[in-house]
Amino acid sequence: MPFRTEPVTVNIGPQHPSTHGVFRLRVTFDGEIIQDLEPVFGYLHRGSEKLAEERTYTQVVTLTDRLDYVASMSNNLAYVLSVEKLAGVQPPERAMYIRVIAAELQRIASHLVATGFLLQDLGALGTPLMYCFREREKILDLFEMLCGARVTFSYMRIGGIFQDAPEEFWPNLRKFLDEMPHNIDDYESLLTGNEILLSRTKDVGVLNAETAIDSSITGPVLRATGVEWDLRKHDPYEIYDRVAFDIPLGTVSDNYDRFILRILEMRQSLSIVEQCVEQISDGPIRTEGVPNLVRPPIGDAYGHVEGPKGELGFYIVSDGGIAPYRLKIRSPSLINLTAMKDMLVGGKLADMIVTLGSIDINMGEVDR
Amino acid sequence: MYGLGIMSGMLITLKNLFRKPFTIQYPEEEIPRASRFRGEEFSWYEERCTGCASCAKFCPLGIIEIITSPGGSDIQEGGSYAIDKFDIDIGRCMFCGLCVEACPYDALFMGSGFEKSKYKRSNLVIPLEELKSSEKRPSTWFRPQLEAKEYNPQRGEDLSWDEVGR
Amino acid sequence: MGPITEANSFYSSLYEMFTGLKIAGVYIIPEWLAYFLAGFLMVFAIINTVVIITTVATWAERRLIGRFHNRLGPNRWGPFGLFTPVADAIKLLGKEDTRPEGVDSWVFNMAPIVFIVPTLLVFAVIPVGENTYVANLNIGLLFIVAVTTIGTLGMFMGGWASGNRFSLFGAMRAVASLISYEVPMVLSIVGIVLLTGSLSMVDVVEAQTIPFIFLQPLGFFIFFVAASAEMNRSPFDVVEAESEIIAGYHTEYSGMKWGTFQLGEFIAPFGVSAILTTMFLKGWEGPVLPSHLWFFIKVFFFWFILLWIRATLPRLRIDQIMAFAWKILFPLSVLNLFVTALEVLIWENPTITQLWTMAAINWAIALGSLVLLSRAGRSKISTRAVRFGRSEIVHDKSGKVN
Repeated sequence: MPFRTEPVTVNIGPQHPSTHGVFRLRVTFDGEIIQDLEPVFGYLHRGSEKLAEERTYTQVVTLTDRLDYVASMSNNLAYVLSVEKLAGVQPPERAMYIRVIAAELQRIASHLVATGFLLQDLGALGTPLMYCFREREKILDLFEMLCGARVTFSYMRIGGIFQDAPEEFWPNLRKFLDEMPHNIDDYESLLTGNEILLSRTKDVGVLNAETAIDSSITGPVLRATGVEWDLRKHDPYEIYDRVAFDIPLGTVSDNYDRFILRILEMRQSLSIVEQCVEQISDGPIRTEGVPNLVRPPIGDAYGHVEGPKGELGFYIVSDGGIAPYRLKIRSPSLINLTAMKDMLVGGKLADMIVTLGSIDINMGEVDR
Repeated sequence: MYGLGIMSGMLITLKNLFRKPFTIQYPEEEIPRASRFRGEEFSWYEERCTGCASCAKFCPLGIIEIITSPGGSDIQEGGSYAIDKFDIDIGRCMFCGLCVEACPYDALFMGSGFEKSKYKRSNLVIPLEELKSSEKRPSTWFRPQLEAKEYNPQRGEDLSWDEVGR
Repeated sequence: MGPITEANSFYSSLYEMFTGLKIAGVYIIPEWLAYFLAGFLMVFAIINTVVIITTVATWAERRLIGRFHNRLGPNRWGPFGLFTPVADAIKLLGKEDTRPEGVDSWVFNMAPIVFIVPTLLVFAVIPVGENTYVANLNIGLLFIVAVTTIGTLGMFMGGWASGNRFSLFGAMRAVASLISYEVPMVLSIVGIVLLTGSLSMVDVVEAQTIPFIFLQPLGFFIFFVAASAEMNRSPFDVVEAESEIIAGYHTEYSGMKWGTFQLGEFIAPFGVSAILTTMFLKGWEGPVLPSHLWFFIKVFFFWFILLWIRATLPRLRIDQIMAFAWKILFPLSVLNLFVTALEVLIWENPTITQLWTMAAINWAIALGSLVLLSRAGRSKISTRAVRFGRSEIVHDKSGKVN
């Protein structure tokens, strides 16, 4: 005689230890199997796009820091690229090299956060999290030498970066580049062979390539499905066409693939930074003749970068004044979230938290 | 074989057990900060300031409040205003440093410490007297002339107004 | 007054002291009262020792997990932070004892007590030193198995009485994993009983000419894993998985009731380590040092290994936990029992060399079954290669793109 059961709707509420930020999910369960999923967000909305219309172009850089607060340099870079595209300004060589070094170091820092918190959600009681944050501290110390702040940098300006790297930056960067591959080896051996991790993350949260492309997913989530699309190669900006690096691709996009992909991308970022350090030459760091109150010509432009979480784009409409007329942010976390329902229906409660961690969303970006 | 992955993970944890801990025990020890650190106290040199209020105009949040009146002592850059009120509200400041970038006379510098918390929010506004009389340890953020002199505010030396200019 | 006539020196000396008390030449304490007082003092001493060691263990656990994380643990209160448990206790006593609406108050209030008492009861039958025990039950092992099952009832009472969906999830998971892991645990204990010939813990210690860890590797492994799962310790701590169901069965408790749950959680590893030492490592026997110290060292050794595992491994999902119990541990425990029974049948009173041959055979069987299992589950544990996309753009120093 079959049992008569009733599905239960549970609110994984905005206050929860492991939804990364204030994020709410309405889930309908049948026992432990998920039947339906509905994300509700907007708890962190601060009106960045409207605030940007009241500030000058240089002041908006401070606003863009706070979008994805874990990876500030990439946000700065995306915004500055789009304004430079609109205004027709070309930054000098040394500025571009230092920008790319900052962006790649920031990618490593953001992937460390993603990896650490994914393992924390899996229940490893914070041990891998502490190791990842220990490495992240070293990167933040490097950034402190560069621009005086540790989390919200406001380092890039229209026409270059605002101040050159100090003398003590290069030896410390060298020391970091020498130590980091050993630490990544440590993480790999701590985690990749671990049977418990394998059984928790393999074949869980699978996404296939057509659904991913239909939902406009970008970043590591897309590359884990096997689609080869990386803005640094297919639409190169700055000096990415002068460095050689590989793009790791996954086969089946389950949690394990996404997790390993981030560790492999960290290694590639290290090699990019090494090549930039070899190739960099002296020179000016800011284009001459760009005033502090920039007035780009009337028109619109869209500039994008490959951020650690996906494609981050800024669409700027200018009316010739000192403030943008409209600023629209294409945030990767928001668009990657929409695929959660495809990945999770049919899975279990424990898998939901792990899958959410492996997509790596950041509520500052989702809600803006 | 089952168990090998778990074994290697546990050996790494054991290796970390014997490493020196990464903790720095504040307040007995402090992390050495960079010389460009954007700190909380602002260093303001009244001998160099002309009252042009570029910093107030350029602040994204509008927290600097300047009220001036004509007249005042002559300094090397020419005529200047007498400053009646110069308030910086660090309760709402985000320490972005755009005000320092905007100052054409090198009169305003970021500070180098971070221990300025108070018990009441209204006490967080730095008034003119405190800006005049506090110790001046300017951060080298956006001031390449200080870096050329290899000045490090964390070492604890003060600088006077004639040493900080371009 | 049966047990007192045995060679239990502490107990009998206490008894003698009480019956020998004279005031003005008259014996004042009758026999039944002396019996009761001696027993009470003995139990008082052991329970207080256990609880005080556990509070120090909370401090030690936080410091050691901190060192595993490459950071310091709590070190502010007192020298090296030793007063931290006192600070914790004061904080918990001062908190409001919340009681959400819609709870069944009788069950809600009884659940912490039902949870903590069995963890302490285990220490009644374990010999903590030479001739130092509270009672030498001749069904000691059976007593331990029966008593540890009641703890889970406390968990379920807490989860059900809270009136919270998440707590009920946690409680259900606890009952499911308890039922799954009872069977392999009991079967591995039966292996020890076959080798010893009696269920009493004191006899188990005395029957170990070589420690049973050499003779029963499979039994040790199965008991270790099953006991970790029974006391809901990582990697089996889905019951209180912080990241999924917030805190499981003790979400709605606050103040000292929650403190009681936590104390029970911390006493349990000591109980399990004590059982492991008596059964597998010869208990209190050792060459030079006094027997209590040896016992403590061996208990600390097992406690440290439990802590090390907790600090490293992520947790398993509930269906994986149950699959592990039924599909892997249960057949292994039956195999272990079979092999041990055959060996005891062949060699009735084994000499030392025969014992070592038994040990070698058992170790070979254990490793062989591990290899066979790994072959069978090979698809699950192979790390799938993530392939690389090659970049076609070649690096050129002059800055031109090839």
